[in-house]
Amino acid sequence: MILGLVALCAPLGDTCLSRGMTTLPAISLAHPSTLIAAVFTPWIALGIALLIGFFASYLTALSWADLTFVLPATAFGNVIVALFARFWLHEAISWQRWLGVVLITVGVGFVAHGPSLTERPQSNGSAPETANLQAPSVEETLEPAMEKEQVL
Amino acid sequence: MNLPVSTSATGFWAAAVMIACVVLCSTVGEVLTAAAMKSIGDLDDIRAHSGLKGAIRAVVTCPLFFAGVGFLAIAFFSLLFALNHLNLSLVAPASASLTLVTNAIAGKIFLKENVDRRRWTAAVLVCIGVYFLAH
Repeated sequence: MILGLVALCAPLGDTCLSRGMTTLPAISLAHPSTLIAAVFTPWIALGIALLIGFFASYLTALSWADLTFVLPATAFGNVIVALFARFWLHEAISWQRWLGVVLITVGVGFVAHGPSLTERPQSNGSAPETANLQAPSVEETLEPAMEKEQVL
Repeated sequence: MNLPVSTSATGFWAAAVMIACVVLCSTVGEVLTAAAMKSIGDLDDIRAHSGLKGAIRAVVTCPLFFAGVGFLAIAFFSLLFALNHLNLSLVAPASASLTLVTNAIAGKIFLKENVDRRRWTAAVLVCIGVYFLAH
């Protein structure tokens, strides 16, 4: 469910941002304040709201899974958008796009069948740098991906 | 820095620089954020013990998280800037697919994640898939 939210909110948010930004006049680096003003237009604001939902789900996923697991898994959102376009909006999908859908699905299948979290040594001096950042109880809470996903 | 302002006038190198900025900032931000979330621990467990406020407090009191969010914010405004000059069908797939590869490399180097053959295959397949999906 968490990975599904990440997958859905990100492409929808990007689409809203694109619609909002293309209706605005061209923005120059000489006037960066116009970028700030763009944030308060309706489409950009909706896009930002969706991306906030994406970010909350993304942070939750990152708290129990590796970055290199979460990113490919959530790329399935591109497939969902393509399927929406075909069966809901009745848009024509070229064979290249179907090939893209198949490749992403296979890629997500690859990563989803593996562990979501790198096993760390419990306690020794050779722990990786990022492990040193962990709170004392964190390593005890690390769980394999499939167990976590079954709970969700 | 003097980039072209219209989509039709945007050259290859200007487009490449804009997309590279998005990818670089996004990768740094995601690696820092992932490191922060690993240092905090499982948010579901924290929420079960301390409630939603406890989970939010755990996140917002982590300095590494704000460093990551800072880079992600820069990546976001770089994306807005790029979308103003380039089509979504170029920017979104190019930045998404390249970010997958750079994150796999950064995850292995900086986060010491076990990026095995399965994950490399997944990253490359998704990367190619996103490219085809955009064309």
